[in-house]
Amino acid sequence: MENAFTIAAYVVAAILFILSLGGLSGQESAKRAVWYGIVGMAIAVLATLFGPGSGLWLASLVLIAGGAVVGYQLATKVQMTQMPELVAIMHSLVGLAAVFVGFNADFTITQVADLKAAGDTVTGSFAELVAKKTPIEITILQIELVLGVWIGAVTFTGSVIAYGKLSGNSSLLPFKIDTAAKQFPGGHMLNAGAAALSIIFAIWYFNGGGFGALFLLTLLALFIGYHLIMGIGGADMPVVVSMLNSYSGWAAAAIGFSLGNDLLIVVGALVGSSGAILSYIMCKAMNRSFVSVILGGFGGATGEQMAVEGEQVAIDADGVATALNEADSVIIIPGYGMAVAQAQTAVAELVRKLRAKGKEVRFAIHPVAGRLPGHMNVLLAEAKVPYDIVMEMDEINDDFPDTDVAIVIGSNDIVNPAAQDDPNSPIAGMPVLECWKAKQVFVSKRGQGTGYSGIENPLFFKENTRMFYGDAKASLDSLLPKID
Amino acid sequence: MKIGSPKEIFEGEDRVAMTPASAKDLQKLGYDCVIETGAGAAAGFSDAAYKEAGVEVVKTGAALFKAADIVAKVRPPEDKEIKRLREGQTLISFFYPGQNEKLMEAANKQGATVIAMDMVPRISRAQKMDALSSMANIAGYRAVIEAGNNFGRFFTGQVTAAGKVPPAKVLVVGAGVAGLAAIGTATSLGAITYAFDVRPEVAEQVESMGAEFVFLDFEEEQQDGAATGGYASVSSPEFREAQLAKFRELAPDMDIVITTALVPGRDAPKLWLQDMIDSMKPGSVIVDLAAERGGNADGTVMDEKVVTDNGVTIVGYTDFPSRMAAQSSTLYATNIRHMMSDLTPEKDGTPNHDMEDDVIRGATATHQGEITFPPPPPKVAAIAAQPKKEVAPELTPEEKRAAEAEAFKQQTKQQVMLLGGMGALILGIGLIPGMPASFMQHFIVFVLSVFIGFQVIWNVAHSLHTPLMAVTNAISSIIILGALIQIGSTSALVTILAGLGVFMASVNIFGGFLVTRRMLAMFQKS
Repeated sequence: MENAFTIAAYVVAAILFILSLGGLSGQESAKRAVWYGIVGMAIAVLATLFGPGSGLWLASLVLIAGGAVVGYQLATKVQMTQMPELVAIMHSLVGLAAVFVGFNADFTITQVADLKAAGDTVTGSFAELVAKKTPIEITILQIELVLGVWIGAVTFTGSVIAYGKLSGNSSLLPFKIDTAAKQFPGGHMLNAGAAALSIIFAIWYFNGGGFGALFLLTLLALFIGYHLIMGIGGADMPVVVSMLNSYSGWAAAAIGFSLGNDLLIVVGALVGSSGAILSYIMCKAMNRSFVSVILGGFGGATGEQMAVEGEQVAIDADGVATALNEADSVIIIPGYGMAVAQAQTAVAELVRKLRAKGKEVRFAIHPVAGRLPGHMNVLLAEAKVPYDIVMEMDEINDDFPDTDVAIVIGSNDIVNPAAQDDPNSPIAGMPVLECWKAKQVFVSKRGQGTGYSGIENPLFFKENTRMFYGDAKASLDSLLPKID
Repeated sequence: MKIGSPKEIFEGEDRVAMTPASAKDLQKLGYDCVIETGAGAAAGFSDAAYKEAGVEVVKTGAALFKAADIVAKVRPPEDKEIKRLREGQTLISFFYPGQNEKLMEAANKQGATVIAMDMVPRISRAQKMDALSSMANIAGYRAVIEAGNNFGRFFTGQVTAAGKVPPAKVLVVGAGVAGLAAIGTATSLGAITYAFDVRPEVAEQVESMGAEFVFLDFEEEQQDGAATGGYASVSSPEFREAQLAKFRELAPDMDIVITTALVPGRDAPKLWLQDMIDSMKPGSVIVDLAAERGGNADGTVMDEKVVTDNGVTIVGYTDFPSRMAAQSSTLYATNIRHMMSDLTPEKDGTPNHDMEDDVIRGATATHQGEITFPPPPPKVAAIAAQPKKEVAPELTPEEKRAAEAEAFKQQTKQQVMLLGGMGALILGIGLIPGMPASFMQHFIVFVLSVFIGFQVIWNVAHSLHTPLMAVTNAISSIIILGALIQIGSTSALVTILAGLGVFMASVNIFGGFLVTRRMLAMFQKS
C-alpha cells in the first residue's frame, strides 16, 4: 500500500517536473531544468521501489539497468539530424508500456474477483487496492484502463509509422513505408469505422466481455494509429510528432487514474498539454487547422493559382562568394534540406568566416522548418552556432529589406511569397519569411523541383533571386574557400 | 558564323557593342568574333586586349561589315552603314523602329534582318537582354554625378568645426529604372531624396531605395502601370494640375531636381515649368534626362548645359551612358551576348531565328525581306496586375480605444465561456449518480495539472521545442511507476508484461534525459 512517505515523495517529484518544464523558457535555465527532471524521476522511481513497488525490486533494478544501457546507447549514438526519428520511436515505447500496464490492470481485476469469490486473501499492492473497490469503482477503473490502452496503442503504431516516415525507411524496420500520404481505399471512413467499433467493444468489455474484448479493442486501436499516420505526408510530421507526444501523456494520465496514482496523472497531464500546445503552435505556423493536418493533405485550392513568370537563374560558387564578400548583412534561412544534406557544420563554418570579417550574420528560423518543432535550432546548436544570432520568424521578418544577402538552404514552402500574394494558393495566409525583400537572395537547392507540397515557388523566379544548385553540403564546401 | 562590332561613327559616341569579356562568351556559343580597329579605344578596351581574347581585328568599318555575318552595334545605323548591309546579314543595335521607319525600310531593302535592342519586350525572362534598362540605370547614376558636379555643396549634411552644412534635397521625377538608380545614388551620397511617379504602385520600390515618395492628394483612380508593360501612360488634365501644384510647392526647397519622365512614343511631358525654375534657389541644379525628347523642364537645351537668370543650372545632356563608356559597354555587350545565347540555343555558332519566341519576335524589326514591326503583343503579360489594395483607414485615438475595448470584451467573453463550459463539464461529471469521491479526488489533480501544463508550456522558447519534446518524452515514461507497482503480482503473465513495461520505460527515461542534456549543452552564446 502507498504510504505517506511515498506520497510525499510524489509531491516533491511533481513539483520538480513542473519546474523542469517551466525552466525551458530560456537557454541557460534549461540546462538547470533538465536536472530537475532527472532528480524528480529518480525520486519517483526510488519512492515506488521502496514503497508500493517493493514486490520484486531486485528484478526491477536489473530491468531498469538494462533499459539504461539501451537508452544510453540510443542517446549518445544518435545524430542530431535524426532527432525527430528518435523522439518518434521513444513515444512508441511509452505507448506500448501503457498498453501492457493497462492489460495488467485488467488481469488483476479478474484475479481479484476470482480470489474474492473463492474467499482467499489478496496479495500485492495493486491487487489490495483493487480489492477494496466497490463495483461502480471497478467500472470506472475499467473505463480508465480502456482509455489508457486505446490511446497507448494508437500512440504505439502511430509512432512507429512516424519513425518510418521520418527516417525514410530505416533498416531497423521490417517493412517499407511510403513516405507520402497514403491510405487504404475508404480513407477516413475506415478510421471512423474502427473508432466506432472500438466503442462497441469497450461497451462489451464493461459488460463482462473479459480480456477478449479488450484485446480486440487494442487491435483496432493499433490499426487506427497505423492508418491515421500513414495518411499524413512527411512534412506534416512536426504536428504529428507533437500530437503523439501529447497522446503518450494522455495515455499515462489515463493509466494513472486506473492505478489511482496521482503522480502519473500529474505528469501525464503535463506532457499531454505540452504536446497539445506544440501541435497548436505548429498548426498556426502553417495556417492550417489541426483537423486538416490530421486528415492529411492540403485543403483544395479555391481557384486558379497565379502563373509563375520568368525563369530560374543559376549562379555558381564564385558569384555567391563575391556577393557574400561584399555584403554587410546576411540572413541564412535553413530548412529540412540542410538536415538531409548534413550541411549544418558547413553552414556554421561559413558563418564563422563571415562573422570574423565583421559582417552581421543571422539565422531566420520558421516555426515549422524541419521535421520537429525546434529542429533547426538543435542542428545549428550542434554545429556550435551561437544561439543569440538564431532568430525566430517574428523577430527578424522586418529586417529583410535592410539585408544585403539572404541565403535559403533547403527550405521551400516557408519562403514562398505565394502565401502572401496569391489568395488561391494552397498555402495562402501561412506566415512566411519574407526573404525576397533582401537585396539579393541565393537559394541552395538540389534541383528545379517543387517543395513537398508540390507548390511552385515564385521566389525562385524573382529578379533578385539566384539559384545555387547542388547538394547543400557540397555547394557550401565549394563556397567556403572562396570567402576571404 | 562571325559576329562583329564596328567603331561607332556617331559623333561623341564612346560605347562599343563588344568587349573582350563578351567576346570570350560569344566564342563559347560557337561564334568567331571580329572587331574594327579602335572600336573599343574610347571605352578603354585596346585592340591588343581584343586580340588576346581571340578576336580578329580588321582595319575598316567596310571590311568589318564584309567579314561579319552578324553586326552588333550600339547606335542605330547611319545611311553609310545601311548601304554596307547585305542579304542574310543580321544587325543588332538600338533601332527605334517606331521613329525610324525610313531606316527600317532601307535596311529591309538590303535584305538584312534587324534586331532592335530597344524593342526587347519587358518580361522577366528577357531582363538579361533589356539594354534600355541597363543604359537607364547608368543614366540615372550619371545624372546624379553630373548634378553633383554642377552643385556647389555637399550632398550629405555635416556638422563640422567650421560650421553646419545642411544636407542637399533631391527630387527625382519619374521612378523608372533611371529614376530608381538616381534615387539610390543620391541617397547613398547622403542627400535627402524625394521621388514622384504617376504610378502609385512604385511607392514601395521608391521607399525601398531610401527615398520618400511624394503622394498626391488626388481622388481619381491612378493608372496601374502593369497594363502598359510597366511604363507610365498619359495622365488626365486634372491629375496633371494636381501634380504641378505639388511640384510648385516643393520647388523652393529642392536643391537638385532630376527629371526622368517619359511616355513611350510621345514627346516628354513638360513637368517643371518656368515658374518653378524661377522659384528655385540660385545654385540649384536640374538634370533633365528627357532632353532628347524635348525635356521635362522648360528651358532645357538638348546636349547642353544652360544657366538661367536666377542661377539655376539646367543640364540637358543626352549621352549619359556614353559618358561612362567602360561601364555601359560592359553592360551593353552582356545584353548582346544574352540575346545571342537566346538566338543560339544549340551553342553551335548558327543563330536560330525563332519567330515563335516572344522575345526574339518582339525585337525583330525586319526579317527575310519583310518588315515585322510592330510585333504582336507578347503572349504573357509582363507584370502581374496589382491586386487592388484596401487601404486601412487611419484610426482616430477614440476608435483605437474603442477597438481595444471591444477586443478586451471579446476576450473576456471567450474566457468566461470557456471557463463556464469547463466548469459545467466538471460539475456534470461530479453529478453522475454514484460517482465515487475517490475518482473525483484524482480528477481534481488531473484538471489542475492540465491547467499548470498550459500555463507553463506557453512560456517555453520556440528554439527549445525539440529539447521540450525530449524532456516530456522522458518524463512521460513515468508510466514506469505503474509497471513497478504491478511487477510484484502473483500472476506470472502480469509480472512479465510489467517487466517489459519497466524495461521500455527506462530506455525512454535514460535516452530522453541524456539526449536532452546533449542538446542543451550545445546551445552556446556567442
